[in-house]
Amino acid sequence: MEIMGVINLDNEQDFLNELTYFRCGAAVPFGGRYRLIDFVISNMTNTGFIDIAVFTRRKYRSLMDHLGKGKSWDLDTKYGGLFILPPDWNDPTDISKGDLQHFHNNLDFFHRGKAEYVLISGSQHVCGVNYQEVFDHHQKTEADITLIYKKVDILEPEHKQCQKLAVTEEGRVVEVTNEEYNNNVYMNMYLISKKLLLQLVEHGIAHGATHLFNNCITSELKNINVQAFEYKGVHCVINSVQSYYKNNLKLLNPDFYRDLFFNEQTINTKVKNEPPARYSEGSHVSNSLVGNGCIIEGTVENSILFRGVKVHKNAIVKNCIIMQRCNISENAILENVILDKEVSLTEGKRLIGNEQMPFVIPKRRVI
Amino acid sequence: MKRRKECVAMLLAGGEGKRLQLLTKNLAKPAVYFGGKYRIIDFPLSNCTNSGIDTVGVLTQYQPLILNSYIGIGSAWSLDRKHGGVSVLPPFQAQEGGDWYKGTADAIYQNVNFIEQYNPKYVLVLSGDHIYKMDYAKMLHFHKEKEADVTISVIEVPWEEASRFGILNTTEDLCIHTFDEKPENPQSNLASMGIYIFNWDLLKRYLTEDASNLRSSHDFGKDVLPKLLDDGKRLFAYQFDGYWKDVGTVESLWEANMDLLDDAPQFNLNDSNWRMYSVNPNQPPQYISQKATVNRALINEGCLVDGSIDHSILFFGVHVGEGSRISDSVIMPNVKIGKNVIIEKAIIGENTVIEDGAVVRAKEGQKITLIGENSHIFASVVVNN
Repeated sequence: MEIMGVINLDNEQDFLNELTYFRCGAAVPFGGRYRLIDFVISNMTNTGFIDIAVFTRRKYRSLMDHLGKGKSWDLDTKYGGLFILPPDWNDPTDISKGDLQHFHNNLDFFHRGKAEYVLISGSQHVCGVNYQEVFDHHQKTEADITLIYKKVDILEPEHKQCQKLAVTEEGRVVEVTNEEYNNNVYMNMYLISKKLLLQLVEHGIAHGATHLFNNCITSELKNINVQAFEYKGVHCVINSVQSYYKNNLKLLNPDFYRDLFFNEQTINTKVKNEPPARYSEGSHVSNSLVGNGCIIEGTVENSILFRGVKVHKNAIVKNCIIMQRCNISENAILENVILDKEVSLTEGKRLIGNEQMPFVIPKRRVI
Repeated sequence: MKRRKECVAMLLAGGEGKRLQLLTKNLAKPAVYFGGKYRIIDFPLSNCTNSGIDTVGVLTQYQPLILNSYIGIGSAWSLDRKHGGVSVLPPFQAQEGGDWYKGTADAIYQNVNFIEQYNPKYVLVLSGDHIYKMDYAKMLHFHKEKEADVTISVIEVPWEEASRFGILNTTEDLCIHTFDEKPENPQSNLASMGIYIFNWDLLKRYLTEDASNLRSSHDFGKDVLPKLLDDGKRLFAYQFDGYWKDVGTVESLWEANMDLLDDAPQFNLNDSNWRMYSVNPNQPPQYISQKATVNRALINEGCLVDGSIDHSILFFGVHVGEGSRISDSVIMPNVKIGKNVIIEKAIIGENTVIEDGAVVRAKEGQKITLIGENSHIFASVVVNN
């Protein structure tokens, strides 16, 4: 494969309040059994990437635990594979700043990989992009850099925080903006040749840049051929509690679910050894996604249950996202709530959030 | 100096399982699906892992392809080890010729070299036909405590059923004095579970002797164990107390599956102290739609349910269309069920397609309808084989 992957988490804010107190955004659980980073890693391995680096700076314990040696994505190979690269650089002469530090201090990763191209991506855009198509487009347009974007029909609040692309009819990017009302949402993914990348990094460091994309690439739009690739598949952005809640529940739309999970690409994740979900007599489940290992005796509607959740008799769960191993005791009522992992709701407790502003309960809380 | 393993397990997995009919057309009995996620062999292999036995030889013979690829290098059961781990052992050719495994004892005999690599003190012989959780370490402890030559695991069966089993008659301290194979008038209700621990040096001697005996059928139960008993060796019965089910027939396979749907099932798959491992297909979470009703069911990942499921088990990747009603059934992986289908008391094999409006149910007086893998049931057809 001619492309190596970099998942750059350095510029991602911990936007999910309680959910990102102790983990980075990329490690936030999503969709009943995944974590956000699974989508980008799976898209990369589905396209045949064999070298993938994860640039992470903070709160990476949970991320490392999840990724391990990359076995779940067949990245536990003798050569290449998955490299998790937290900051560990002690060169006193190093003058690099911001995310350029990661590139500068991990040059070995780029030099050792045989690939001539690098695909750099964040983790907030959940999608099923085929990077081979991006590569073909890159070659065809003789681009120096190709940015991937999604033309959204309706601008949702979460799109407003994303960068936008101004694109000519020929597909050339002329400006990267922060305009609110532009439908070309930049997906924070770009393809670049390794040679050009390393040149830009070196040049950026010499000129005191702190942000590779914003300082070194968007300033060069006139001088180099930056092309836009329009991704047309299933897509959502997770950059706030509201967008997290809304887009999780969007998976209950069978079309969205099918497009994301039953397409050509398979989304892989760390495997757990849970038995099939168990539905008892008198359980009532409707319009919900249920992970393995769940035991359901009560009522579950319009909700997402991660693996190993217990919903006891006469408990009611509506419009909720319930993460791994939570325990909802008898007669408890939950509505519009996000429970982080291993939360325990004792008998008869009621928690009702607002549809627009769900309650978020942090990990291991007993209520 | 060879590194020694105290105990090596040998898992007999070559059986055809004829009584499972269509289910074993293309695979060996231990590879048959069970419980919404597992294959039968997951249970003895998980028991080995949980009991701290990390060296397992799996003896295959009949239709080994699926079983071999399923076991792989044993990663699913943490049996991919540097020293030991799982080894698949099919019959082989050597300079002086080779042969099929002629019986359970012969299968072990032909693999003496495999066992000798580990220089073990004990050999645990298992079969791949049963659903149970058992701590083999406890049985081994019993074996040592009794200073036994052979220990046979037994389970109490109801007296009226005892004549269907191989019965062991013991003294009060569980020392075995006679065997009765399917006795008309049983004197005991301790049935052999087909799980043995042998002192390896002794077993090796008896296997070698048995191999040169032309009149022997090379079977543990028929030849080797009676010979050991006749020679006055110390044979003990280790009493097992727990869920144990032979799933050798379509009926018993169906029943064992249905047992899992009890309110508090005797065989608990959700026990985190004794996990059952299996190869996990990577599938999205199951989706239960607004139109679906699900009661008393086990459902696996990758299922899309639009219909009604009552007292049934769905393996991974099963789709059930709107208006379909499934009851008292086991639906194996990737079966696609259309709309308004009725399935009652059936086992549906892997990858089968059932079109809209079809009905699958047993005839009056018949127990279970079995549909083989990769079948296609056309619209509006009524199957009651």
